[in-house]
Amino acid sequence: MKKKRKLVVAVVAALVIGAGVLFALAIKPSIDPVAKPNVALTPTLIAQGARVVALGDCVVCHTAPDGADYAGGLPLKTPFGIIYTTNITPDRATGIGTWSLEAFRRAMRQGVSRDGHLLYPAFPYIHYTKVTDHDIEAAYAFLMTRPAAYAPARTNELPLPLRFRPSLAFWNLLYLREGAQPAASDSPVDRGKYLVEGLGHCSSCHTMMGVIGGEKRREYMQGGVVDQWSAPALDQLAASPHPWVAQQIADYLSTGLAGEHGAAAGPMRPVTENLRRVPREDVEAIAAYLLSLQQPWRAPQSSAALSDLAQRIDRGKQVFAGACAECHDDGSPMRDAMGRPALTMSSAVMSPSPRNFVMTVHKGLAWPAQPDHTVYMPPFADVLTDQQIADLATYVRSTSAQPTPWPDLDKHVAELREKSP
Amino acid sequence: MINLNVNGQTQPLEVTPETPLLYALRDHLKLNGAKYGCGMGQCGACTVLVDGRPVFSCLFPVSSVGTREVRTLESLGTTERPGPLQQAFIDHQAVQCGYCIAGMIMRAQALLEQVARPTEQQIREHMAPNLCRCGTHKRILAAIRQVADKGQRLNAGALKERA
Repeated sequence: MKKKRKLVVAVVAALVIGAGVLFALAIKPSIDPVAKPNVALTPTLIAQGARVVALGDCVVCHTAPDGADYAGGLPLKTPFGIIYTTNITPDRATGIGTWSLEAFRRAMRQGVSRDGHLLYPAFPYIHYTKVTDHDIEAAYAFLMTRPAAYAPARTNELPLPLRFRPSLAFWNLLYLREGAQPAASDSPVDRGKYLVEGLGHCSSCHTMMGVIGGEKRREYMQGGVVDQWSAPALDQLAASPHPWVAQQIADYLSTGLAGEHGAAAGPMRPVTENLRRVPREDVEAIAAYLLSLQQPWRAPQSSAALSDLAQRIDRGKQVFAGACAECHDDGSPMRDAMGRPALTMSSAVMSPSPRNFVMTVHKGLAWPAQPDHTVYMPPFADVLTDQQIADLATYVRSTSAQPTPWPDLDKHVAELREKSP
Repeated sequence: MINLNVNGQTQPLEVTPETPLLYALRDHLKLNGAKYGCGMGQCGACTVLVDGRPVFSCLFPVSSVGTREVRTLESLGTTERPGPLQQAFIDHQAVQCGYCIAGMIMRAQALLEQVARPTEQQIREHMAPNLCRCGTHKRILAAIRQVADKGQRLNAGALKERA
């Protein structure tokens, strides 16, 4: 009897304390609106902000396909439902036009909106919290001088419990380590660390997420999956059978193309379109830091031997001759004159996952939005059957430095067509 | 030997499997509507429909077609009886040198078979992969709009019905 009462008391106490903690963490005050930005909007500060915002990739998520830049509305497909990005133009009614620097800084540091509601961690404040006060102020000055666009926030498509935003306070307890983490020195590696872990928020995609949508710290930069594309492991760049060097990483980031490795595709392409606008020293710093993270090669798991491997390779060779050789064969004009990569050197071909090879075959690469930025490839989803794509993948992989066939390739090919039409 | 279903007829062809569909159509079947432009899937002069989808036939191995139905410009009408889209291109004099036009018409056909009244934005996005060096884009768009404004989806089996 006594035991039971003790238990009840303990449960009640835990609930009360829990509610108190939740209240303390989840209830944030509103910050008063301002009539105009409370920072001197000097050209120098705005120019610095342009660089900060490009490094932070803000425009990519905060712009809908047919919408104004920074006006939000892009659907982010998370494992929990669809979250629409919000308007960060200085529109006073629907954007951040009434936000003071303090409100903006709190959003970046704590993931809290001006009116006090908690923002979903799809907004990478767990990374932006590391950005310095000065860079936050510059970003504020830049955003506050963009054209204001009227664009009300769209309603997120989330299941009921997740619509209760105060519950995010517990998530923050687990994943938010608040505070600026400026570069420890002027060295490229330290500057790169600041850019990669703060503004660049690279690990948001390049690290697997756990069940509640937090990055798995033990698998830091070991690769993730975004919109059916594989975000490759960034700690294997130097150990890969065809290693990356600093210059190639920097070229890739600023031009969307590394001749000996491949072209930026899927969600990485817009990242490179932003990074082409920042000084070369920034992408070189990112490359320097990434190269400091390298781990020994994690050899892919060996797959069950395919009894029909030789036939698959034969058929794949035929598909290659008809559909790919014009641009990717030895001695083809596109290889010799236009620098198209030999597929044997492609990172997508050597990747532990067939995703990026298959996705690129399906969708091709859209025409570059800017001249001299990455390359074009036509789509083949309507040309090749699943069987042919799988055969082609098997053949091309067999010619690379990582020739072990991809496990469950047929299944992957069929799934990718279904999930990413 | 490969059997190819083109414009409603199945034809046996003596070609190697990796032969581009474009070559099979032009050289073996003498269907010269689709043109060889760049040979690299960049210009769209070779566009034909495979199961109703517009594709670059220059990069389409003939062995990949399988049982899918190929349709070329020749399926849309004749000189005497042009199809609605062909007539619209004539009405708007959308042709200068004409090299891209077979591909343009086939790509537009695919859209107008799927969407009864496409918006201007839809038309422009859909037509974006096909290039015209003469610069008759405005007339090409006007011709497509003329058919689109009728608000009726184009018939996908026009030729077969006439035959």
